Amino acid sequence: MAPRKAYETELDELDRQVELMAKKTSEAIELAVNSFEKLDLDLAEQVKKIDAELYALNVDIEKRCLEVIALQSPVAKDLRTIGTYLKVITDFDRIGRYARDIAEVTGHARSMAHFKPLVSIPHMAKMAEQMVDLSVKAFLERDTGPTKIVFDMEDKVDSLYDEIFREVITYMMEDSKKIGVGINYMLVARYLERIADHACNISERVIYMVTGERVVKA
Amino acid sequence: MAEKIVTQGLNAFFGDVHAVKNVDLRIPEKAITAIIGPSGCGKSTLIRCMNRMHEVVRGARVEGKVLLDGKDIYNPMTDAVQVRTRVGMVFQKPNPFPTMSVYDNVVAGLRLNGEKDWKKLDSAVEQSLRLAALWDEVKTQLDASGVSLSGGQQQRLCIARALAVKPEVLLLDEPCSALDPIATAKIEDLLFDLKDRYTIVIVTHNMQQAARVSDFTAFMYLGELIEFGATKKIFENPEKELTEKYITGRFG
Amino acid sequence: MNAYERRRLKNLLASGLAFACVVLAVVPLVYILIEVVRIGAPAIDWEFLTSRTKGTGEPGEGIGNAILGTLLLVLYASAIGLPVGIFTGIYVSEFGNNSIGTTIRFFNDVLANFPSIVVGLLAYSLVVDYLDVGFSLIAGAFALSIIMIPIVANTTEEALRMVPNSLREGALALGVPRRRAVMRIMLVNAKAGVVTGALLAVARIAGETAPLILTAFYSNYWSASPFEPIASLPQTIFRNYNSPSDELLQQAWGAALVLITIVLAINISVRLLMRSRLRKSKAVRRTWLKRLSLKA
Repeated sequence: MAPRKAYETELDELDRQVELMAKKTSEAIELAVNSFEKLDLDLAEQVKKIDAELYALNVDIEKRCLEVIALQSPVAKDLRTIGTYLKVITDFDRIGRYARDIAEVTGHARSMAHFKPLVSIPHMAKMAEQMVDLSVKAFLERDTGPTKIVFDMEDKVDSLYDEIFREVITYMMEDSKKIGVGINYMLVARYLERIADHACNISERVIYMVTGERVVKA
Repeated sequence: MAEKIVTQGLNAFFGDVHAVKNVDLRIPEKAITAIIGPSGCGKSTLIRCMNRMHEVVRGARVEGKVLLDGKDIYNPMTDAVQVRTRVGMVFQKPNPFPTMSVYDNVVAGLRLNGEKDWKKLDSAVEQSLRLAALWDEVKTQLDASGVSLSGGQQQRLCIARALAVKPEVLLLDEPCSALDPIATAKIEDLLFDLKDRYTIVIVTHNMQQAARVSDFTAFMYLGELIEFGATKKIFENPEKELTEKYITGRFG
Repeated sequence: MNAYERRRLKNLLASGLAFACVVLAVVPLVYILIEVVRIGAPAIDWEFLTSRTKGTGEPGEGIGNAILGTLLLVLYASAIGLPVGIFTGIYVSEFGNNSIGTTIRFFNDVLANFPSIVVGLLAYSLVVDYLDVGFSLIAGAFALSIIMIPIVANTTEEALRMVPNSLREGALALGVPRRRAVMRIMLVNAKAGVVTGALLAVARIAGETAPLILTAFYSNYWSASPFEPIASLPQTIFRNYNSPSDELLQQAWGAALVLITIVLAINISVRLLMRSRLRKSKAVRRTWLKRLSLKA
């Protein structure tokens, strides 16, 4: 009989819940970007639903983590794991929120046409999505390998954001009718940048969980 | 941090049973060091080597060195009785002398070594009982029998008795295992207050207690010292997998 | 009759049998006490207790010198036997887990069951004959002390053994030298047991007769000299138990009564001592009473 059976069961259950939340987060951002590109309102609705689920999971998982701390006195790796859960569920929740924000922009932008075939934004979105996927993968597999890639990509995402910012401003300055659409683009880019940042946070937490070291990404 | 007690290649035997295997441990001065490990790992035997109580048991012997402030206490020229006045011990089950009053219990160590000046004895009683956080509770019944106190009070009485001899080190062998949580908490608070003046080594099988109370932790398994380090490090991110398995309760 | 009833009957028979045996065991004691009191009591008066035996059967005799003799014999014997016995007990219990200790314990056990007449013979050949002291108080005390020593040693060792080892460890851990730890802590805690053992040994030798025949012999005079023969209560009984003289017969029964009284008194005080040991100190009793009255 394995010692601390109830504890192990509790930890396994928590693990599953956080895994579920991670997967839903990836789903949310993918749907959000798609919905904006295709200006698809149905997809946008789905994103909003997933965001609500993510919020509920956040609350539930936090409650369970605190219960485990109160009742089981976790130490060492268990403690770092639970501490990581508490932090990453916030990151997942925020990512979900930003995904929903992107979906809301879809609603606004519905009436407007894209003023040029979008290139940079989908590129940025793909990168943000990839970063989230890699971080989630690192988290689920307890592997710090993918985190390096995530950190590299963050720099690229930041410079992409600056690029888009400048490009859109240029367009808006040229033609004041394009300001409405331009602002939408800027909002989406902003949200994507934020999502990438949270993906980085998740990677940092994974490193702590696995190695016990605290990495601060400037 | 300066080191008060250093064991070098310490081996302890009960006849043929090798209870402590080649332990090199450095106990920091004026701090609390906890020694944890599963039953039978040799932690009690280890601390009993630090005040030469191990050899009191028939057939017990010690090999290796134990340095107190740099001097080996197992040197044949060293007087074991002297060592024990510098390194005091509190046992698992409170053991106040039943035929003596609270007052007599506290000064037992002094009296039995010839101190007769009642003024000195009186002040020793008050000082030691205050240090042990027991003065206020027993100051009106100093002539009550030592065994008439509650379990937690008896244990604090034993601590006062050990402190009265003015040791430099205090060894505690699972001091709270026979006590209820409130008495345990009082003794843990007491240890916090004492660590400014004494080097404290506490053996405990209660890991949460080790985590709460100590500055440094040593983990022993089957007679060997597996890991030693700052308590925060051991409980957040231990180096050895065996340590991790033990403190997360995955042994078995 | 069903199984249950059969069982009840068997129980009753067994209990009845056991009870009958108890009665059988107690009857002789009761009979002795009754007889001794019946026959001996009339002889007891102040004159009886203070006059000396003359051995002639005339009125005016008493057993005063025999009482004195028994007391002196016990005193001298204890002076030798108690210290030797207690220290032997201490040695065996503290240092006795080796071959020396086992040997001593073995000899002790043998000596404890030695026929007392043989002890008397030893005392005779050594003190009375070889040292040429002659029949004397000191020879008798010597013999009695030999009987005492193993009893006292055994009970002392038992008493010390019952003191929990944690006390010894507690004392040693304070930096108290071993000798002092034993004397001041262990012995004090074993006090009751040691005293009990001592008193029981005293009660035993007060009634020993056989060794005294060959050592202290008898005397019809008041005597306190260690080198002279001396009277004793058991001897008085021995000499006069079937005397044709009524007076002398009275002496014997009177002596028996006094002897029994002394022995019973010692035994009863031992019982009382043991009970008070259980009652701990006054402070504990006060605390108990307080707690009880809170409940009530």
